[in-house]
Amino acid sequence: MTINGKAYIAGAYEHPTRKAPDKTTAELHAEVARGALDDAGLSVADVDGFFCSGDSPGLGPLNMAEYLGLRARHVDSTNTGGSSYIVAVDHAAQAIAAGKCKVALITLAGRPRSEPQSPAEIAYLSDPGVPDVPYETPFRATIVNLYGMVAQRHMHAFGTTSEQLAWIKVAASHHAQHNPHALLREVVSVADVVGSPIIADPLHRLDCCVVTDGGGALVVVAPEIARSLKRPLVKVRGAAAAVKHSDGGKVDLAYSGTAWSGRAAFAEAAVTPRDIKYVSIYDSFTITVLMQLEDLGFCERGTGGRFVSDGNLIAGVGKLPFNTDGGGLCSNHPANRGGMTKVIEAVRQLRGEAHPAVQVANCDLALANGTGGYLAGRHGSATLILERV
Amino acid sequence: MDAVRPEAQAAPYWRSTGGKLLLKRCKACGELHHYPRPHCPFCFSAETEWVEAAGQGTIYSYSVTRRGAEPYAIAFVTLAEGPTLLTNIVDTPLDTIAIGQPVDVVFRDVDGVAVPMFRRVPPG
Ligand SMILES: [Zn+2]
Repeated sequence: MTINGKAYIAGAYEHPTRKAPDKTTAELHAEVARGALDDAGLSVADVDGFFCSGDSPGLGPLNMAEYLGLRARHVDSTNTGGSSYIVAVDHAAQAIAAGKCKVALITLAGRPRSEPQSPAEIAYLSDPGVPDVPYETPFRATIVNLYGMVAQRHMHAFGTTSEQLAWIKVAASHHAQHNPHALLREVVSVADVVGSPIIADPLHRLDCCVVTDGGGALVVVAPEIARSLKRPLVKVRGAAAAVKHSDGGKVDLAYSGTAWSGRAAFAEAAVTPRDIKYVSIYDSFTITVLMQLEDLGFCERGTGGRFVSDGNLIAGVGKLPFNTDGGGLCSNHPANRGGMTKVIEAVRQLRGEAHPAVQVANCDLALANGTGGYLAGRHGSATLILERV
Repeated sequence: MDAVRPEAQAAPYWRSTGGKLLLKRCKACGELHHYPRPHCPFCFSAETEWVEAAGQGTIYSYSVTRRGAEPYAIAFVTLAEGPTLLTNIVDTPLDTIAIGQPVDVVFRDVDGVAVPMFRRVPPG
């Protein structure tokens, strides 16, 4: 069975907040749900499928379905970190194709800026019952130094430079200047990035994404419902997920799980990287983007540094416009989970609703890609290919 | 730190002080793996045994964390026997660390548990 053509994204909403000290995470779930349903022209009574990741308050979809007042007959709380929401679109499309639901609501919310580390995150990193923790936590592995090791390896193997990585942030900042909600709207230069303090070699402060409160939501619907609504038709054309891990000690940082999810999603969509007009690429760090672009086949392995240089990712300037909302590097990274905003900006581009300064002309085919977890260790990759019809 | 309190099956690993670094070997397929498990992650055989590693390897990748009070180096070290493990590079000037360098194991106390870390092999 394929999901190609079996489901459409009818609603998309990104919460405008970047700091919400006076709201609960549950309230943010409700606000983004309302936003996405309003966008689609649907009501909460229409929702029969509900997707929120396992990081959501309580037992995820149980507590949130009750809070929102949903009558869902299909729920899913798949937790693959930041890629969960790209996986959720895939799973929603599968559920719709199988007749399990017709209107699937996907929500994400979190407040890492107001509450630096959630109890669940702290529990994971210090829980000796998590089998990898005793072999990693004593060495003070952090998100930044784990991604730093991927960048270090890429530099060693292929001669990639900090200046090349910096171009990824520079491109994101060129887009963020047009986004009134972006946390960082100032255009930065390569010199600004490599001149910012090193956090963990070779990653500088400006190689890292922002930390924000907020959230987002999507509504995925059956084709007959999409056609009954007034919104532009955004079809799910292909999707796939993959988990890559340390493989019993056969560590290979030359590629990510996106090499697998990308190949499968392109096959399902029956398109190639050359057909894609716009990409949303999860940008937890600059190196994350470079790895995914290589893994997806937008450039040859090892050539990502040259590919991203000289503004090649800037809309209207380069060959492959990416993250035209400013991405996680400049605009928004709600709940430290970037997959949701990646899908939302891809939907805006396909509808022609991106900011005019960054709207890609004739954007009929877009790709959203995410990774979740730790690129140097276990991570979940997910690829989604969408088409405006 | 509770995180290093070992589960029962891995107790021999965490007792591997005095210059002993232990790996798990599968009795069915012969593959070595790390981190140690009661089963083989390659063929899922439940028959595995502890074997001693020589304690020598090379740096596969590393990153020096510079934010915070004292910089430190995290690394992947590929052991001569094959498996790559996450560790710290210690007793080595941080700015001289490089991919491909030979290193050998040293044990450091982390909250009462001897944990395998690595240092650059002294020249000559
Ligand atoms: Zn085996």
